[in-house]
Amino acid sequence: MTGAEPPTWTGRALPRLEDPAIVRGWGRYVGDIAARDQSCLHARFVRSAVAAGRLISVTAPPGVTLFTAADLAEVKPIRAVLNRPDFVAVDTPILATGMVRFVGEPVGLVIAASEAEAEDALELVDVEIEPLPAVVSAEQALAPGAPLVHAVDYPGDPNTVVDGRIHTEGFDAAFARADRIVEIQVSSARQSAMPLEARAAHAAYDRASGRSTLHVTTQMPHLIRTGIAHSLGLREDDLRVVAPDVGGGFGAKMALAREDVALVWASRRLRRAIAWLETREENFLAAWHSREQVYDITGAFTADGELLALRGDLVCDVGAYSCYPVTWGVEPLMAMAELPGAYRVREYSVRSRAIVTNKCPIAPYRGVSRPVQVLAMERLFDVAAAELGLDRVAIRARNLITQFPHRSPSGLVLDEASHLETLRAATERADLADFRDRQERARAQGRYLGLGIACFAERTGYGTPAFAARSRPIQLGREPAPLITPGYERAVLTMDPSGALTLRIGASPHGQGLRTTLAQLVCDELGLEPGAVRVIASDTDATPYGWGSFASRAMVIAGGASLLAARELAARLRVLAAARLGGLPDDIELAGGQAVRAGEETGVSLATLARDTYLNAHLIPDKGEPALEAVGRYDPSGTFANACHVAEVEVDPLTGQVSVTRFLVAEDAGRLINPAIVDGQIHGGVAQGVANALYEELIYDERGVLVTTSLMDYLPPTIAEMPGIDIVHLDTRSAESITGAKGVGEGGTIGAPAAIANAVSDALAPFGVGVFHLPATPHRVRTAVRTGADIRRTEKGTAS
Amino acid sequence: MSSAIPLRLYVNGDRYEIAVEPRRTLADALREDCGLTGTHLGCEHGVCGACTVLVDGQPVRSCLMFAVQAEDTSVRTVEGLAPDEERLHPVQQAFWENHGLQCGFCTPGFLVLIAGYLEEHPDAEEAELREVLSSNLCRCTGYQNILTSTMCAARAMRGEP
Repeated sequence: MTGAEPPTWTGRALPRLEDPAIVRGWGRYVGDIAARDQSCLHARFVRSAVAAGRLISVTAPPGVTLFTAADLAEVKPIRAVLNRPDFVAVDTPILATGMVRFVGEPVGLVIAASEAEAEDALELVDVEIEPLPAVVSAEQALAPGAPLVHAVDYPGDPNTVVDGRIHTEGFDAAFARADRIVEIQVSSARQSAMPLEARAAHAAYDRASGRSTLHVTTQMPHLIRTGIAHSLGLREDDLRVVAPDVGGGFGAKMALAREDVALVWASRRLRRAIAWLETREENFLAAWHSREQVYDITGAFTADGELLALRGDLVCDVGAYSCYPVTWGVEPLMAMAELPGAYRVREYSVRSRAIVTNKCPIAPYRGVSRPVQVLAMERLFDVAAAELGLDRVAIRARNLITQFPHRSPSGLVLDEASHLETLRAATERADLADFRDRQERARAQGRYLGLGIACFAERTGYGTPAFAARSRPIQLGREPAPLITPGYERAVLTMDPSGALTLRIGASPHGQGLRTTLAQLVCDELGLEPGAVRVIASDTDATPYGWGSFASRAMVIAGGASLLAARELAARLRVLAAARLGGLPDDIELAGGQAVRAGEETGVSLATLARDTYLNAHLIPDKGEPALEAVGRYDPSGTFANACHVAEVEVDPLTGQVSVTRFLVAEDAGRLINPAIVDGQIHGGVAQGVANALYEELIYDERGVLVTTSLMDYLPPTIAEMPGIDIVHLDTRSAESITGAKGVGEGGTIGAPAAIANAVSDALAPFGVGVFHLPATPHRVRTAVRTGADIRRTEKGTAS
Repeated sequence: MSSAIPLRLYVNGDRYEIAVEPRRTLADALREDCGLTGTHLGCEHGVCGACTVLVDGQPVRSCLMFAVQAEDTSVRTVEGLAPDEERLHPVQQAFWENHGLQCGFCTPGFLVLIAGYLEEHPDAEEAELREVLSSNLCRCTGYQNILTSTMCAARAMRGEP
């Protein structure tokens, strides 16, 4: 997949600097810190077994150390808000008080000397809850007379906490002009990001300084510090947050956990170190869900397949609380803003809602709403092509955005991309004519093959302007504004007196290999090798404030900040070298650890320049700082990666089993800093897309009890379920990314579900049924084949 | 712990004399009593395979085995794969060179599983190795580079280029 190695470090499939330690078992994850702290106490959370109810009491016999909401009376709840008229804000108490709102909600905290003793103590706790009627689906939440999940004022419909709308001026006229109206409903089951390392934290307290140190498995250590300090009334400096090696995140570790707040509080109260290691069952119950969405979509088409107008009614079941910092608006607002995706939609009418239910709260999960958005658009085009008698590649080609910059009807500006080119690259590689032949021959043998296409735009690397657009502007007053607007990243690059480089970043990697890719970028500017750059991340004591790693942003934004810092440091080194070697700074080349005047063979080593800068400051020629340090800051408005996915499947109509037999990705993520890492992101993303399409589903029963609480009920794919993935790279650059890279973390997950849904629908065409709800499990496929009815959402959010 | 039982384990060639409660799993004994935290716990119900170790050469979910069941056995963990601090085991080397890991949490389980299998079955072919790899879960890689790494390690262990 990678061609000849380029002359720079950037662009090479360099084996990761992180890996030698990890493959030896020398990684350091939070659980390892707990395992090696023989003196720490252990915590377990008492959780509600009831979806909705009045919390009467939480009690334990003498000898059990139990904390409840009453003990935490001074602790402020978590509040995650946006400044929008349709936004309903609620508090998330650290431990439930008064009411419980989902099964798994923490109502108490037990502390014991060991994990086993904490588990024993948990069994002795008595929780009394008066059950109340639970709302376990968006339909129930919106039904007349439905119980309210939160007893607050709703500006619109009950249990509706975000209600966004866009209606373009020419929509009605365009709609009226259509030759054909195509209406579909698509939906996705609830899912878990399910990082293999569940949540874990270790809170320590230092009596001498009064400081707490929290080791926690998170994607955003600085924000965790801000949130916990706020709840506990601490100065932020009283808390150090460290994310050591993090065992996967996928978005599920970019929200502040109430458990982490409680743990730091208990550690300070008891003046002891306490570890909390979440069980897999708890992770399913309480560590954030996502993607339970239902979209009603209507496309107004001309007879020759042009999409004149698009209407959508998008409903996201967001569970019981608003996640900090991105809020429970994260799914519906992304869906509303980005539904048109890679397609030219001139007229747009959309309503997008967050509906609260008595279920686990949602948080981002790789792709957030985009897997369902792309499912909606791609199923719409396949259905429209069938109804209009058009070729499905042609109908896409007709509607893909080809003029840039493109202003979407929601106001997004899509910069240069290669939608048509990726569609062509993927479909050519797929060889559609050959596939049709194979499909025909297979059908004659009673085998059912299918092929599906999905095109998408992946908004990546967006900074403060994009997040600010989710809220109305605010007036900054005397009190701290509750709004949180993520975006920028800063990077501090230091050369020490020995000439060694340290890059301190606010981003926080959790498996993406950022230490390698940032080192590749930086060392090219300074003429060094990647091993010369130590990247320090994920420790609030050692890094500049930053937002962490999420939303396919780190390579673009932290990468941009690092590149700027490297350029600034290189410029200073050239000034210092020119003073010694003669000539102008621009004449100085940095290579092989040396600064050399152009055309000359010998120069001065960077280590010498560094040593003299720190240790003989009186001789610094430019009268500058007696230090070699540069700060880069980058805050772009964002760009869009794009891709086309093609899936081939074989469906067994007797068992309903779907096998993905081939998967093609034509991807344009701009410049590849490390092609191996980019391909790895795509592979892993596609696996989670396959999971979304065919296997993974969190199921609640009619009482609001989660029934999928183990890996024997919730089914991530193994290698046996995964096809080989063939990747073609295109390279379109964006002015919004100074490294040339676009984000690539989410794309695999975004496109794969739609491609597979279209492929299964293609395979099932002889039975006259299609896929409109995911996952397309064997039971659903088999039922569709037998009944002749499409796979649709019928369960009303509960178990079938 | 009054109910602690004295226990002798041989891990990566070293003898450990520890005392554990009867309910302590082998995984916890390795991690907490032996200080070998390379063995990870992903689910603690025997599905994910992150905790895989070799007990007398056989792959075992160490979260499902009691420590006392390993009395006098020879246990091999990820820390025991590499011959020394200079060299890696061929499976570790292949994972590094082929980007076979991302977050690294499942990696020790895969490395131990594959090393154990390839040492017993040096001629294993792709279909057989896919079957073996389907024992464990990885959430990051989509398995493609795990398979590539495994095939590469198999060739290296057979002495092929």
